[in-house]
Amino acid sequence: MRVRRLAAWTALPLAVTLGLVACGSGGDGGSGESDPNAAVRIEIAEPQHLVPTNTNETSGSQVLAALFSPLVDYDEAHKPYEVAAESITSEDNTTWTIKLKDGYTFHNGEAVTADSYIDAWNYGAYAPNGQNSSYFFEKIAGYDDLQGESPKAETLSGLKKVDDLTFTVALSQPYSEFKAMLGYTAFYPLPKAAFSAPGTLAEGYEQAPIGQGPFKMKGTWQHDAKVEVERYDAFPGEQPKVAGVEFRIYQQLTAAYADVLSDNLDVIKTIPTENLSTADTDLGDRFLQSPASSLHFLAFPTFQDEFSNPDVRKAISMAIDRDEITRSIFKDSQQPARSFVSPAVAGYRENTVGAAGEFDPAKAKTLYQAAGGPSKITLSYNGDGGHKDWIDATCNQLKANLGVDCVGSAEPKFADLLTKVKDKQPIGLFRLGWVMDYPSMENYLGPLYSSNGSSNYYGYRNPDFDRLLAEGAKAPSEEEAIKKYQEAEDLLAEDLPVVPLRFGQNNFGHSTKVKSVEMDLFDRINLVKIEAIK
Amino acid sequence: MFRFIVRRLLQMVLAFFGTTLIVYALMFAGQGDPIQALAGERPVTAAQRAYLTEKYHLDATGVGGFFYRYFDYISNLLRGDLGESLTGRSIGDILAAAWPVTIRLALIAIAVAVVFGVTAGVLAGIRRASIFDNATLLLTLLVLGIPTIVLAPLAQYFLGVRWQLFPPTAGADPDFFALLLPGIVLGSLSLATALRLTRTSVAENLRADYVRTARSKGLPNRRVVSVHVLRNSLIPVITFLGVEVGNLMSGAIITEGVFNIPGVGFNLFRGIRTEDGPLVVGIVSVLVVVYLVSNLVVDILYAVLDPRIRYE
Repeated sequence: MRVRRLAAWTALPLAVTLGLVACGSGGDGGSGESDPNAAVRIEIAEPQHLVPTNTNETSGSQVLAALFSPLVDYDEAHKPYEVAAESITSEDNTTWTIKLKDGYTFHNGEAVTADSYIDAWNYGAYAPNGQNSSYFFEKIAGYDDLQGESPKAETLSGLKKVDDLTFTVALSQPYSEFKAMLGYTAFYPLPKAAFSAPGTLAEGYEQAPIGQGPFKMKGTWQHDAKVEVERYDAFPGEQPKVAGVEFRIYQQLTAAYADVLSDNLDVIKTIPTENLSTADTDLGDRFLQSPASSLHFLAFPTFQDEFSNPDVRKAISMAIDRDEITRSIFKDSQQPARSFVSPAVAGYRENTVGAAGEFDPAKAKTLYQAAGGPSKITLSYNGDGGHKDWIDATCNQLKANLGVDCVGSAEPKFADLLTKVKDKQPIGLFRLGWVMDYPSMENYLGPLYSSNGSSNYYGYRNPDFDRLLAEGAKAPSEEEAIKKYQEAEDLLAEDLPVVPLRFGQNNFGHSTKVKSVEMDLFDRINLVKIEAIK
Repeated sequence: MFRFIVRRLLQMVLAFFGTTLIVYALMFAGQGDPIQALAGERPVTAAQRAYLTEKYHLDATGVGGFFYRYFDYISNLLRGDLGESLTGRSIGDILAAAWPVTIRLALIAIAVAVVFGVTAGVLAGIRRASIFDNATLLLTLLVLGIPTIVLAPLAQYFLGVRWQLFPPTAGADPDFFALLLPGIVLGSLSLATALRLTRTSVAENLRADYVRTARSKGLPNRRVVSVHVLRNSLIPVITFLGVEVGNLMSGAIITEGVFNIPGVGFNLFRGIRTEDGPLVVGIVSVLVVVYLVSNLVVDILYAVLDPRIRYE
């Protein structure tokens, strides 16, 4: 009796296996032609929010990229071009006129007008709404009046409607690259239906966001499970090549990776670190890499005497073998960095760090001793981010090449590290990373190194640098702005307030059931390009 | 019996509030900067910080702040409101979505442990020192020696990806078959312990006087084993399984993560990682209730199994 029951238990999985194998070979045996009626399944984490101005992590912005169409997108050279906008122009870099393309409608049938943008941006900038991406609007005139606990105004004075399809944006200061900012999630429009009263988001909007993009919601956001979208046939732009997308929510990437290997999931956006070494054999040409916008660096507390001499900083940079660490610790999942801006933006030049970026232990030691560098170096990092290995490796290189004592010091969490850094506590060098908000050189320079930069934690001050950034913002054309920014970047190479170490890279993969999988600059899968295989 | 149950239920109320206080205090003490934890390494704007601080009373610190926030939490709890997580979702909704799938998973695990563990344990107990007994001893030692964090990915890789016997992950709304592999992995540890317990206790009871009496009365062996021996041997196993029900539900953090099942363990893990105090306290409070109830059930089952045990 019992034996028979056991036999039944094993027979069940076997039968299902046969079924699976049959299905699998059927799918693989297809001609590889695109199937416009199929849906694809893409891995995401549980989004924190699905309101454009409140979404600043990649999972949420991936879903919103399906539901909304941006004003601009970026070409091969990372320059913005109009998508939902007809034209975005300015004479003086201060007042920008945005003309919208006709024919765009929200998924509920409502026409997209200038008001859709103005209402959404006002909502995002108003501080009491607590929107994560409110700082994207800080360049717009009147932003300051919307801040604080009881703001003076409820709408941005810089936003003015001209007609149904035209509005103007006045900035508080000229900014030549405003157009490049408009491609991000925060600048999507919202329909009237999103608001229950002017300035109040309707309850439940977030559970099934209505956008004007190539896909519309299919059902509601099923928390911790999935978000499903289907093709919106009235979309006037480039139609996607699949019928729908299921964004499947994973807490652990290893689970998603196992699903991609067995064709239960079509796209994994980040291959887990532990699988990187085998991804090549597991996935073959379905293992893909593309440049990401992140930059990882070691920062100097330049306000401390021992690190105030640029020669000390350069010597430390020269004593680090970036290539070796990227290869042996990161298994080439990141790229060695020798510039202050990422290859993901227009104006990037290779090796702007110059001589200080070359690994030269002998020269480094001489320079270090001549400049009187400290005999003990501490590298601080956050213990919750998997940084121990490369910090230890860097320390060992500094010990061997500079003859100093070096220790890695872990703070439990990133917040703890940041608190100590902000308080200017003597924690030695510290690691930081930067991900761009919009593809512009300015975004890699202004917040990080200008005297009043929001993330300038190293006490770096250079009036010339600030002046060049201001000139870049006022420059009449993008090309001229980039020139100014490049001059500013050259100043950084002389002063070296931080040691650029590595550029991030997207390591992603897909199943045998999809093709044309591409990743954009904001780490999102391009949903218009992806195709399902018959 | 009735008085016993009422007394136990009253004790449960006290135990419940005691544990929520302790868990709340621990989360409060361990809380660094939940707003930054939520944002990861992205900068947090002053406006966003002010908004969240006010909404979740994060500025109430120290002993006074602790009691303020704890009583705020408890008074909401008594009104049936578990509060909101830091991303603005209702914790009641999160739990309502997470519990059914975790309960299904735990039931499969318990079923696996009972069906295979107790059956094999009885067999091994009857045929002591046989090949079967030695083989199960070796196997259970092996299973007990491998932690779930190793066992779960291995099972997923071989049975799910390599040989494709099972779906590699279960997802949010899994059918029975998709939950089977995670259930077996989760239950394997309990299975091994239940097997060892049953085997020892069967082997011991087989030598008891009443078994000799039963045999000498001429009862068939089948009846002796299934009625006399098994019933008495189950008491330690039931005790173990009663505690294990709670363990399986809270201890599924690894299994639920590996097989992508958005259950209780999955949410607990997220709550701890993002320092989401109310979420963790909410989940732990429910887990405490599960432990208390399963212990009560075990105590009542004792009386059923062994008529000598009575409660006044």
